[in-house]
Amino acid sequence: MSIEIDAEHLRKTFGATVAVHDVSFRIERGEVVGFLGPNGAGKSTTLRMLTGVFPPSAGRATIAGHDVVRDSLAARRSLGYLPERAAPYGEMPVARYLRFIAEMKGIEARALTAAVREVMGAAGIERVAHRLVGNLSKGYRQRVGIAQALLGAPPVLILDEPTSGLDPEQVTEIRALVHGLGSERTVILSTHILSEVESICSRVMIMNRGRVLAVDSPARLEEHLRPYREFAADVVGPRDAVLLALRAVPHVVQVVPDASAGAAASARFTIRCDHGSDVRREIAGAIVGGGFGLLELRPVVMTLEEIFLTLVHDGGGSAPAPAAERADAGN
Amino acid sequence: MRVIRAIARRELAAYFGSPTAYVLIGVYLVLSGYFFYSDVALFVTFGAQVLSTGLWRFVFVDYRLVTLLVLPLVTMRLFAEERKLGTIELIWTLPVKDYQVILGKFLAAWVFFAVIVLLTMIPFVVFRVFFPFELGPPIAGYTGLMLLGTAFIACGIAASTLTENQVVAAMLTYGVLVFFWFMTWNEGVGDEKIIRVLLLFSLFDHYYNFASGSIQTVDIAYFLVFTLFFLFVSLRSLQSRAWRGVV
Repeated sequence: MSIEIDAEHLRKTFGATVAVHDVSFRIERGEVVGFLGPNGAGKSTTLRMLTGVFPPSAGRATIAGHDVVRDSLAARRSLGYLPERAAPYGEMPVARYLRFIAEMKGIEARALTAAVREVMGAAGIERVAHRLVGNLSKGYRQRVGIAQALLGAPPVLILDEPTSGLDPEQVTEIRALVHGLGSERTVILSTHILSEVESICSRVMIMNRGRVLAVDSPARLEEHLRPYREFAADVVGPRDAVLLALRAVPHVVQVVPDASAGAAASARFTIRCDHGSDVRREIAGAIVGGGFGLLELRPVVMTLEEIFLTLVHDGGGSAPAPAAERADAGN
Repeated sequence: MRVIRAIARRELAAYFGSPTAYVLIGVYLVLSGYFFYSDVALFVTFGAQVLSTGLWRFVFVDYRLVTLLVLPLVTMRLFAEERKLGTIELIWTLPVKDYQVILGKFLAAWVFFAVIVLLTMIPFVVFRVFFPFELGPPIAGYTGLMLLGTAFIACGIAASTLTENQVVAAMLTYGVLVFFWFMTWNEGVGDEKIIRVLLLFSLFDHYYNFASGSIQTVDIAYFLVFTLFFLFVSLRSLQSRAWRGVV
């Protein structure tokens, strides 16, 4: 696997304001990476440095091996970008707009028509080819924006909030479209909709206050953020007796009964145990062997939402140091 | 060159796809037609001077005012509108250079102005059918008018790069151009030496020679330098996004 996007110690200052502190990450060919962060985290500034809108104040970045500053045109030729405020020229018909962008991307005159037809097919907009961009629905305008990004078959796609402001049906369609794109390209998907990342992306990059807090798959982030595995069990039986039985299971570190379910027939217990040990069978054995009733036993995974909030809120505390290492290491 | 042409073509389509273009062309033609008519009438009534310098001088000096009124309204949208709509951000991520974007837009405004100027030639043609006159002086006048327009367009583009508000861009252009016009009006207060220096910079003092039927290298050079200066200002202004953070 080769590195398609490589950012090293990117920093951007505007006057006295530091928009991006020190951002490093690597993205391999074919990956779809979700880029998360609250508003004002520095996501757009980072993307703008990668896409050549403006150069970084310090640090360097390459797109498909081309330095974004020294070899800016080649780097820009290797990427397709969907800006957050993707407002294609409203007074132009779709096909003519795409021809214009194709010419700007240096696609040869002979290949223009075929290139435009191909991306219109990929984005599903052949039907509206001759309508004015300004008269299309927001979802279709977004498709035009994606079609535009695909022109010239760039190996890297950078999509800045592709589903913001769309209705639920359009969101599903655009997500499916983006998902399909990822199979052959490297995609950065900036968003603050976490479910979007969960459904499309193989890795997430979380940014806050101008710093990358973590780059990893959601599962590995969880492992990193939570030093134990967690299971939830619904058990029928006397609380104290169940507690005792559970605590006796090897590798179990902590058992917390659910306080709210006091009077009910069953009680819920949260069981935490060492990493790397799946002790569900032992837990089930202990409960059933003790003569209690086991209604449910399931692993508790951290949702991306929890991971995100933990990272963003503990940003100044323990999380960032190892996370920054992780970001440097890339994978 | 292909990129410059593509941008110019898109801008021209945007001009002619909106009613603003036709209003601006209409205003220019009505005002310049009025000036042409009233100058000819004035010349016939009080004339008896040499047609080649007398009449055309009046006409081209009047066309200058119409150009000053109309061109800032033509150039104001070129960058301001794209920044307001956010379309410019995408342009910066395409494999094109900043100067190509400026030249494309410059070319579009220039062609737009050339179309207007071509249309103003109609009364000249009609007049010449009835009253043959020497072609030299009006050719000099039109050369001057095109150079003047070129300079105005460059100034207007520079103003348009500075703001996302089209009205601000137009007002700024008016301010700069009118300043370059009025700067020699203070003969009464200024030292003679200062006035002589100011005359070198005065926009319209360089235009009067053309209007009077004479093409001089120094005047051509002045307009070209004026144009290049403001195109350079535009380039630097666009590049300032690197440290201003305003795209």
